[in-house]
Amino acid sequence: MELLGLYYYWVFAVLLMIGFYAVIAKPNLIKKLIGLSIFQAAVFLLYITMGKVEGGTAPIFQDGVTVYSNPLPQVLILTAIVVGISTTALGLGIVVRIKEEYGSIEEHDIQKRDRR
Amino acid sequence: MIILFGVFLLTLLVITALAIVQTESLFAAVILTGIFSLLMAANFFLLDAADVALTEAAIGAGISTVLFLGALALTGERERGKSTNRLIALGVVTVTTLIVIYATFDKPRHGDAEAPVHQHVGPWYLEKTPELIDIPNSVTAVLGSFRGYDTLGEVFVVFTAGIGVLFLLSARSAARPESANPSAEPGQGLRHYLVPRVVGRLLIPFVFLFGLYVQFHGDYGPGGGFQAGAIIAAAVILYALLEGEGQALRALPMDVLKWLVAGGALLYGAVGVAGMLLGGNFLDYNVLASDPIAGQHIGIILIELGVGITVTGVLLCVFHAFAARGKL
Repeated sequence: MELLGLYYYWVFAVLLMIGFYAVIAKPNLIKKLIGLSIFQAAVFLLYITMGKVEGGTAPIFQDGVTVYSNPLPQVLILTAIVVGISTTALGLGIVVRIKEEYGSIEEHDIQKRDRR
Repeated sequence: MIILFGVFLLTLLVITALAIVQTESLFAAVILTGIFSLLMAANFFLLDAADVALTEAAIGAGISTVLFLGALALTGERERGKSTNRLIALGVVTVTTLIVIYATFDKPRHGDAEAPVHQHVGPWYLEKTPELIDIPNSVTAVLGSFRGYDTLGEVFVVFTAGIGVLFLLSARSAARPESANPSAEPGQGLRHYLVPRVVGRLLIPFVFLFGLYVQFHGDYGPGGGFQAGAIIAAAVILYALLEGEGQALRALPMDVLKWLVAGGALLYGAVGVAGMLLGGNFLDYNVLASDPIAGQHIGIILIELGVGITVTGVLLCVFHAFAARGKL
Protein backbone atom coordinates (compact mmCIF):
# COMPACT_ATOMS: atom_id res chain seq x y z
CA MET A 1 0.00 0.00 0.00
CA GLU A 2 2.79 2.34 0.98
CA LEU A 3 4.54 1.88 -2.36
CA LEU A 4 1.30 2.14 -4.33
CA GLY A 5 0.78 5.59 -2.79
CA LEU A 6 4.26 6.65 -3.85
CA TYR A 7 3.49 5.52 -7.39
CA TYR A 8 1.62 8.81 -7.98
CA TYR A 9 4.81 10.75 -7.22
CA TRP A 10 6.93 8.47 -9.39
CA VAL A 11 4.60 9.01 -12.32
CA PHE A 12 4.88 12.73 -11.64
CA ALA A 13 8.67 12.51 -11.84
CA VAL A 14 8.63 10.40 -15.00
CA LEU A 15 6.06 12.58 -16.80
CA LEU A 16 7.94 15.72 -15.79
CA MET A 17 11.12 14.39 -17.34
CA ILE A 18 9.43 13.01 -20.48
CA GLY A 19 8.11 16.50 -21.09
CA PHE A 20 11.50 18.04 -20.30
CA TYR A 21 13.22 15.64 -22.70
CA ALA A 22 10.93 16.76 -25.52
CA VAL A 23 11.71 20.39 -24.71
CA ILE A 24 15.50 20.03 -24.71
CA ALA A 25 16.09 17.27 -27.29
CA LYS A 26 13.42 17.69 -29.98
CA PRO A 27 14.29 20.30 -32.61
CA ASN A 28 10.69 20.82 -33.76
CA LEU A 29 9.09 23.82 -32.07
CA ILE A 30 5.57 22.33 -31.95
CA LYS A 31 7.01 19.19 -30.35
CA LYS A 32 8.71 21.38 -27.76
CA LEU A 33 5.37 23.03 -26.94
CA ILE A 34 3.73 19.61 -26.59
CA GLY A 35 6.57 18.61 -24.28
CA LEU A 36 6.00 21.76 -22.27
CA SER A 37 2.33 20.90 -21.82
CA ILE A 38 3.23 17.38 -20.62
CA PHE A 39 5.64 19.00 -18.15
CA GLN A 40 2.83 21.28 -17.02
CA ALA A 41 0.36 18.39 -16.68
CA ALA A 42 2.87 16.56 -14.46
CA VAL A 43 2.96 19.52 -12.08
CA PHE A 44 -0.85 19.60 -12.04
CA LEU A 45 -0.85 15.91 -11.10
CA LEU A 46 1.57 16.57 -8.22
CA TYR A 47 -0.63 19.29 -6.73
CA ILE A 48 -3.86 17.33 -7.02
CA THR A 49 -2.19 14.21 -5.57
CA MET A 50 -1.07 16.18 -2.53
CA GLY A 51 -4.58 17.56 -1.99
CA LYS A 52 -6.12 14.10 -1.67
CA VAL A 53 -7.15 12.97 1.81
CA GLU A 54 -7.60 9.27 2.56
CA GLY A 55 -11.29 8.37 2.73
CA GLY A 56 -12.25 11.89 1.72
CA THR A 57 -14.48 13.03 -1.08
CA ALA A 58 -14.62 16.00 -3.44
CA PRO A 59 -14.84 19.24 -1.42
CA ILE A 60 -18.53 19.84 -2.13
CA PHE A 61 -20.49 19.79 1.08
CA GLN A 62 -23.16 17.17 1.48
CA ASP A 63 -24.96 15.56 4.39
CA GLY A 64 -23.35 12.58 6.05
CA VAL A 65 -19.81 13.29 4.82
CA THR A 66 -17.19 14.58 7.24
CA VAL A 67 -13.86 14.14 5.41
CA TYR A 68 -13.18 16.31 2.37
CA SER A 69 -10.07 16.62 0.25
CA ASN A 70 -8.17 19.89 0.36
CA PRO A 71 -9.84 22.46 -1.95
CA LEU A 72 -6.85 24.81 -2.18
CA PRO A 73 -4.62 22.83 -4.61
CA GLN A 74 -7.69 22.21 -6.75
CA VAL A 75 -8.41 25.94 -7.03
CA LEU A 76 -4.80 26.71 -7.94
CA ILE A 77 -4.67 24.01 -10.62
CA LEU A 78 -8.11 24.77 -12.06
CA THR A 79 -7.04 28.30 -12.90
CA ALA A 80 -3.58 27.11 -13.94
CA ILE A 81 -5.08 24.82 -16.59
CA VAL A 82 -6.91 27.72 -18.24
CA VAL A 83 -3.88 29.98 -17.99
CA GLY A 84 -1.82 27.10 -19.42
CA ILE A 85 -3.92 26.81 -22.56
CA SER A 86 -3.81 30.59 -23.06
CA THR A 87 -0.03 30.69 -22.83
CA THR A 88 0.24 27.61 -25.07
CA ALA A 89 -1.91 29.42 -27.62
CA LEU A 90 0.46 32.39 -27.41
CA GLY A 91 3.38 30.02 -27.99
CA LEU A 92 1.63 28.49 -31.00
CA GLY A 93 1.03 32.00 -32.34
CA ILE A 94 4.76 32.72 -32.11
CA VAL A 95 5.55 29.39 -33.83
CA VAL A 96 3.20 30.25 -36.69
CA ARG A 97 4.89 33.62 -37.14
CA ILE A 98 8.33 31.94 -37.05
CA LYS A 99 7.18 29.54 -39.77
CA GLU A 100 6.08 32.48 -41.90
CA GLU A 101 9.32 34.43 -41.48
CA TYR A 102 11.84 31.57 -41.52
CA GLY A 103 9.97 29.02 -43.64
CA SER A 104 10.66 26.29 -41.09
CA ILE A 105 9.98 25.39 -37.48
CA GLU A 106 13.05 23.17 -37.05
CA GLU A 107 15.64 24.58 -34.67
CA HIS A 108 18.59 23.81 -37.02
CA ASP A 109 17.09 25.66 -39.99
CA ILE A 110 16.22 28.68 -37.86
CA GLN A 111 19.71 28.88 -36.34
CA LYS A 112 21.30 28.43 -39.75
CA ARG A 113 19.30 31.34 -41.13
CA ASP A 114 20.08 33.49 -38.12
CA ARG A 115 23.84 32.98 -38.58
CA ARG A 116 23.73 34.16 -42.15
CA MET B 1 -9.57 -1.27 -5.60
CA ILE B 2 -9.67 2.41 -6.48
CA ILE B 3 -5.94 2.71 -6.00
CA LEU B 4 -5.38 -0.15 -8.45
CA PHE B 5 -7.53 1.65 -10.97
CA GLY B 6 -5.45 4.75 -10.32
CA VAL B 7 -2.23 2.81 -10.92
CA PHE B 8 -3.67 1.50 -14.19
CA LEU B 9 -4.58 5.01 -15.37
CA LEU B 10 -1.20 6.40 -14.34
CA THR B 11 0.60 3.68 -16.27
CA LEU B 12 -1.48 4.48 -19.34
CA LEU B 13 -0.51 8.15 -18.87
CA VAL B 14 3.19 7.32 -18.95
CA ILE B 15 2.77 5.09 -22.02
CA THR B 16 0.85 7.83 -23.83
CA ALA B 17 3.46 10.43 -22.93
CA LEU B 18 6.25 8.18 -24.25
CA ALA B 19 4.32 7.64 -27.48
CA ILE B 20 3.81 11.40 -27.87
CA VAL B 21 7.54 12.07 -27.62
CA GLN B 22 8.44 9.06 -29.75
CA THR B 23 6.20 9.59 -32.79
CA GLU B 24 7.50 11.62 -35.70
CA SER B 25 4.06 12.52 -36.98
CA LEU B 26 2.98 15.68 -35.19
CA PHE B 27 -0.62 14.94 -36.12
CA ALA B 28 -0.47 11.66 -34.19
CA ALA B 29 1.27 13.44 -31.31
CA VAL B 30 -1.54 16.01 -31.06
CA ILE B 31 -4.28 13.37 -31.08
CA LEU B 32 -2.35 11.44 -28.42
CA THR B 33 -2.20 14.65 -26.37
CA GLY B 34 -6.01 14.65 -26.40
CA ILE B 35 -6.01 11.09 -25.02
CA PHE B 36 -3.36 12.10 -22.49
CA SER B 37 -5.59 14.92 -21.22
CA LEU B 38 -8.61 12.66 -20.96
CA LEU B 39 -6.59 10.14 -18.91
CA MET B 40 -5.33 13.00 -16.77
CA ALA B 41 -8.92 14.14 -16.20
CA ALA B 42 -9.88 10.61 -15.09
CA ASN B 43 -6.97 10.66 -12.65
CA PHE B 44 -8.04 14.02 -11.25
CA PHE B 45 -11.51 12.64 -10.76
CA LEU B 46 -10.16 9.66 -8.80
CA LEU B 47 -8.21 12.12 -6.65
CA ASP B 48 -11.45 13.91 -5.64
CA ALA B 49 -10.87 16.92 -7.87
CA ALA B 50 -14.15 17.03 -9.78
CA ASP B 51 -13.82 20.69 -10.78
CA VAL B 52 -10.30 20.20 -12.08
CA ALA B 53 -11.29 17.05 -13.99
CA LEU B 54 -14.08 18.97 -15.71
CA THR B 55 -11.67 21.75 -16.67
CA GLU B 56 -8.98 19.38 -17.93
CA ALA B 57 -11.48 17.41 -20.03
CA ALA B 58 -12.97 20.53 -21.63
CA ILE B 59 -9.68 22.35 -22.18
CA GLY B 60 -7.05 19.65 -22.61
CA ALA B 61 -8.99 17.13 -24.63
CA GLY B 62 -11.19 19.62 -26.46
CA ILE B 63 -9.86 23.09 -27.12
CA SER B 64 -6.14 22.42 -26.88
CA THR B 65 -6.37 19.68 -29.56
CA VAL B 66 -8.20 22.04 -31.92
CA LEU B 67 -5.65 24.82 -31.38
CA PHE B 68 -2.69 22.50 -31.96
CA LEU B 69 -4.31 21.13 -35.13
CA GLY B 70 -4.95 24.70 -36.29
CA ALA B 71 -1.27 25.49 -35.78
CA LEU B 72 -0.22 22.26 -37.54
CA ALA B 73 -2.26 23.22 -40.58
CA LEU B 74 -0.11 26.33 -40.83
CA THR B 75 3.28 24.79 -40.09
CA GLY B 76 3.29 21.24 -41.49
CA GLU B 77 2.66 18.01 -39.70
CA ARG B 78 5.95 16.13 -39.93
CA GLU B 79 8.95 16.49 -37.73
CA ARG B 80 12.06 16.54 -39.91
CA GLY B 81 15.11 17.22 -37.80
CA LYS B 82 16.79 14.54 -35.70
CA SER B 83 17.01 14.96 -31.96
CA THR B 84 19.94 17.10 -30.86
CA ASN B 85 22.41 15.84 -28.26
CA ARG B 86 20.26 12.85 -27.61
CA LEU B 87 22.61 11.12 -25.20
CA ILE B 88 23.30 14.18 -23.06
CA ALA B 89 19.56 14.92 -22.87
CA LEU B 90 18.77 11.32 -21.93
CA GLY B 91 21.46 11.39 -19.29
CA VAL B 92 20.21 14.63 -17.73
CA VAL B 93 16.63 13.38 -17.77
CA THR B 94 17.45 9.98 -16.24
CA VAL B 95 19.57 11.44 -13.45
CA THR B 96 16.93 14.05 -12.60
CA THR B 97 14.16 11.43 -12.59
CA LEU B 98 16.16 9.27 -10.18
CA ILE B 99 16.84 12.23 -7.89
CA VAL B 100 13.16 13.23 -7.82
CA ILE B 101 12.11 9.61 -7.19
CA TYR B 102 14.66 9.38 -4.37
CA ALA B 103 13.13 12.55 -2.89
CA THR B 104 9.62 11.06 -2.96
CA PHE B 105 10.57 8.57 -0.21
CA ASP B 106 10.52 11.50 2.20
CA LYS B 107 7.05 12.58 1.15
CA PRO B 108 4.10 12.04 3.48
CA ARG B 109 2.03 8.93 2.80
CA HIS B 110 -0.50 9.33 -0.05
CA GLY B 111 -3.78 10.64 1.36
CA ASP B 112 -2.32 11.29 4.82
CA ALA B 113 -4.65 13.73 6.59
CA GLU B 114 -1.72 14.84 8.80
CA ALA B 115 0.47 15.90 5.85
CA PRO B 116 1.81 19.48 6.07
CA VAL B 117 -0.28 20.54 3.06
CA HIS B 118 -3.45 19.91 5.09
CA GLN B 119 -2.25 21.87 8.13
CA HIS B 120 -2.28 25.35 6.63
CA VAL B 121 -5.23 27.33 5.25
CA GLY B 122 -6.96 24.39 3.52
CA PRO B 123 -8.88 23.16 6.61
CA TRP B 124 -9.72 26.76 7.52
CA TYR B 125 -11.40 27.22 4.13
CA LEU B 126 -13.38 24.01 4.60
CA GLU B 127 -14.43 25.04 8.09
CA LYS B 128 -15.38 28.63 7.30
CA THR B 129 -17.11 28.15 3.92
CA PRO B 130 -20.52 27.15 5.39
CA GLU B 131 -20.36 29.97 7.94
CA LEU B 132 -19.07 32.88 5.84
CA ILE B 133 -20.24 32.05 2.32
CA ASP B 134 -22.77 29.26 2.69
CA ILE B 135 -22.45 27.50 -0.65
CA PRO B 136 -21.84 23.76 -0.92
CA ASN B 137 -18.92 23.85 -3.37
CA SER B 138 -15.94 25.03 -1.35
CA VAL B 139 -13.74 25.07 -4.48
CA THR B 140 -15.96 27.83 -5.90
CA ALA B 141 -15.94 29.59 -2.53
CA VAL B 142 -12.13 29.65 -2.40
CA LEU B 143 -11.84 30.55 -6.09
CA GLY B 144 -14.41 33.32 -6.09
CA SER B 145 -14.27 34.80 -2.66
CA PHE B 146 -11.40 33.78 -0.35
CA ARG B 147 -8.84 33.99 -3.13
CA GLY B 148 -10.66 36.41 -5.43
CA TYR B 149 -7.46 38.43 -5.99
CA ASP B 150 -5.66 35.38 -7.38
CA THR B 151 -8.53 34.62 -9.73
CA LEU B 152 -8.66 38.24 -10.90
CA GLY B 153 -4.97 37.97 -11.69
CA GLU B 154 -5.49 34.71 -13.61
CA VAL B 155 -8.31 36.27 -15.63
CA PHE B 156 -6.02 39.11 -16.61
CA VAL B 157 -3.31 36.63 -17.61
CA VAL B 158 -5.83 34.87 -19.88
CA PHE B 159 -6.90 38.28 -21.20
CA THR B 160 -3.30 39.31 -21.90
CA ALA B 161 -2.50 36.02 -23.64
CA GLY B 162 -5.58 36.44 -25.86
CA ILE B 163 -4.55 39.98 -26.81
CA GLY B 164 -1.04 38.70 -27.49
CA VAL B 165 -2.27 36.04 -29.92
CA LEU B 166 -4.43 38.62 -31.70
CA PHE B 167 -1.45 40.96 -32.06
CA LEU B 168 0.85 38.22 -33.33
CA LEU B 169 -1.52 36.72 -35.84
CA SER B 170 -3.33 39.76 -37.14
CA ALA B 171 -0.08 41.29 -38.44
CA ARG B 172 0.29 40.86 -42.21
CA SER B 173 2.97 38.43 -43.24
CA ALA B 174 5.83 40.18 -45.02
CA ALA B 175 6.42 37.23 -47.33
CA ARG B 176 2.83 37.04 -48.45
CA PRO B 177 1.09 40.38 -48.89
CA GLU B 178 -2.65 40.54 -49.34
CA SER B 179 -2.66 38.66 -52.60
CA ALA B 180 -5.05 35.80 -51.93
CA ASN B 181 -8.62 36.74 -52.64
CA PRO B 182 -10.75 36.10 -49.59
CA SER B 183 -13.80 34.93 -51.52
CA ALA B 184 -12.03 31.95 -53.09
CA GLU B 185 -12.25 29.71 -50.03
CA PRO B 186 -15.41 30.39 -48.09
CA GLY B 187 -14.61 27.60 -45.61
CA GLN B 188 -17.08 24.86 -46.29
CA GLY B 189 -16.61 23.00 -43.01
CA LEU B 190 -17.97 19.48 -43.06
CA ARG B 191 -20.90 20.42 -45.27
CA HIS B 192 -20.44 17.35 -47.46
CA TYR B 193 -20.19 14.84 -44.63
CA LEU B 194 -23.74 14.05 -43.70
CA VAL B 195 -23.40 11.93 -40.56
CA PRO B 196 -20.95 14.07 -38.53
CA ARG B 197 -22.91 17.14 -39.57
CA VAL B 198 -26.31 15.85 -38.47
CA VAL B 199 -25.01 14.39 -35.21
CA GLY B 200 -22.91 17.49 -34.51
CA ARG B 201 -25.83 19.83 -35.08
CA LEU B 202 -27.95 17.81 -32.70
CA LEU B 203 -25.24 18.03 -30.05
CA ILE B 204 -24.57 21.76 -30.18
CA PRO B 205 -27.69 23.01 -28.31
CA PHE B 206 -27.11 20.47 -25.56
CA VAL B 207 -23.46 21.46 -25.23
CA PHE B 208 -24.60 25.09 -24.85
CA LEU B 209 -27.18 24.13 -22.27
CA PHE B 210 -24.60 22.12 -20.34
CA GLY B 211 -22.21 25.08 -20.50
CA LEU B 212 -24.83 27.39 -19.00
CA TYR B 213 -25.65 24.80 -16.34
CA VAL B 214 -21.97 24.48 -15.41
CA GLN B 215 -21.71 28.28 -15.30
CA PHE B 216 -24.67 28.96 -13.00
CA HIS B 217 -24.62 25.76 -10.96
CA GLY B 218 -20.97 26.23 -10.00
CA ASP B 219 -21.92 27.25 -6.46
CA TYR B 220 -23.62 23.92 -5.81
CA GLY B 221 -21.75 21.35 -7.87
CA PRO B 222 -18.54 21.07 -9.85
CA GLY B 223 -18.31 23.93 -12.29
CA GLY B 224 -17.84 27.65 -12.63
CA GLY B 225 -16.72 30.25 -15.09
CA PHE B 226 -13.49 28.62 -16.25
CA GLN B 227 -15.14 25.32 -17.15
CA ALA B 228 -18.27 26.92 -18.62
CA GLY B 229 -16.20 29.28 -20.75
CA ALA B 230 -14.30 26.34 -22.22
CA ILE B 231 -17.47 24.31 -22.85
CA ILE B 232 -19.31 27.17 -24.58
CA ALA B 233 -16.24 27.97 -26.66
CA ALA B 234 -16.09 24.28 -27.60
CA ALA B 235 -19.72 24.40 -28.75
CA VAL B 236 -19.03 27.39 -31.01
CA ILE B 237 -15.86 25.76 -32.34
CA LEU B 238 -17.86 22.60 -33.13
CA TYR B 239 -20.32 24.79 -35.03
CA ALA B 240 -17.44 26.40 -36.92
CA LEU B 241 -15.98 23.00 -37.82
CA LEU B 242 -19.34 21.75 -39.10
CA GLU B 243 -20.65 24.78 -40.92
CA GLY B 244 -17.46 26.57 -41.86
CA GLU B 245 -15.68 29.30 -39.97
CA GLY B 246 -17.43 32.11 -41.85
CA GLN B 247 -20.79 30.93 -40.63
CA ALA B 248 -19.58 30.94 -37.01
CA LEU B 249 -18.19 34.45 -37.48
CA ARG B 250 -21.56 35.55 -38.80
CA ALA B 251 -23.22 34.23 -35.64
CA LEU B 252 -20.58 35.70 -33.31
CA PRO B 253 -18.57 38.39 -35.13
CA MET B 254 -15.00 39.20 -34.12
CA ASP B 255 -16.05 42.62 -32.81
CA VAL B 256 -18.46 40.99 -30.38
CA LEU B 257 -15.76 38.55 -29.27
CA LYS B 258 -13.34 41.38 -28.58
CA TRP B 259 -15.97 43.05 -26.42
CA LEU B 260 -16.49 39.76 -24.59
CA VAL B 261 -12.74 39.44 -23.91
CA ALA B 262 -12.56 42.87 -22.34
CA GLY B 263 -16.08 42.88 -20.88
CA GLY B 264 -15.62 39.80 -18.69
CA ALA B 265 -12.43 41.10 -17.12
CA LEU B 266 -14.04 44.52 -16.64
CA LEU B 267 -17.11 42.96 -15.01
CA TYR B 268 -14.83 41.19 -12.54
CA GLY B 269 -12.98 44.42 -11.79
CA ALA B 270 -16.25 46.35 -11.56
CA VAL B 271 -17.54 44.00 -8.85
CA GLY B 272 -14.38 44.79 -6.89
CA VAL B 273 -14.80 48.53 -7.36
CA ALA B 274 -18.50 48.31 -6.46
CA GLY B 275 -17.43 46.78 -3.15
CA MET B 276 -15.14 49.75 -2.54
CA LEU B 277 -17.84 52.29 -3.44
CA LEU B 278 -20.22 50.62 -1.00
CA GLY B 279 -17.72 51.05 1.81
CA GLY B 280 -15.89 47.72 1.84
CA ASN B 281 -12.50 46.63 0.52
CA PHE B 282 -11.71 45.76 -3.10
CA LEU B 283 -13.47 42.46 -3.94
CA ASP B 284 -15.27 42.48 -0.59
CA TYR B 285 -18.67 41.00 -1.45
CA ASN B 286 -20.19 41.34 2.03
CA VAL B 287 -21.32 44.90 1.32
CA LEU B 288 -23.05 44.10 -1.98
CA ALA B 289 -26.32 43.26 -0.20
CA SER B 290 -27.76 44.04 3.21
CA ASP B 291 -26.99 40.49 4.35
CA PRO B 292 -23.28 39.55 4.06
CA ILE B 293 -24.06 35.98 2.92
CA ALA B 294 -26.42 37.19 0.20
CA GLY B 295 -23.71 39.68 -0.82
CA GLN B 296 -21.22 36.82 -1.13
CA HIS B 297 -23.65 34.90 -3.35
CA ILE B 298 -24.19 37.89 -5.64
CA GLY B 299 -20.46 38.61 -5.81
CA ILE B 300 -19.53 35.03 -6.67
CA ILE B 301 -22.20 34.70 -9.37
CA LEU B 302 -21.07 37.98 -10.96
CA ILE B 303 -17.35 37.28 -10.94
CA GLU B 304 -17.89 33.74 -12.24
CA LEU B 305 -19.92 35.28 -15.05
CA GLY B 306 -17.03 37.64 -15.77
CA VAL B 307 -14.58 34.73 -15.81
CA GLY B 308 -16.85 32.73 -18.12
CA ILE B 309 -17.28 35.60 -20.57
CA THR B 310 -13.56 36.35 -20.78
CA VAL B 311 -12.55 32.68 -21.16
CA THR B 312 -15.15 32.13 -23.93
CA GLY B 313 -14.05 35.29 -25.70
CA VAL B 314 -10.32 34.58 -25.50
CA LEU B 315 -10.59 30.95 -26.64
CA LEU B 316 -12.80 31.87 -29.59
CA CYS B 317 -10.61 34.83 -30.57
CA VAL B 318 -7.57 32.56 -30.55
CA PHE B 319 -9.39 29.93 -32.62
CA HIS B 320 -10.50 32.50 -35.21
CA ALA B 321 -7.03 34.06 -35.28
CA PHE B 322 -5.49 30.70 -36.26
CA ALA B 323 -8.27 29.91 -38.72
CA ALA B 324 -8.03 33.31 -40.41
CA ARG B 325 -4.25 32.97 -40.73
CA GLY B 326 -4.73 29.85 -42.83
CA LYS B 327 -6.71 31.79 -45.42
CA LEU B 328 -4.10 34.50 -46.03
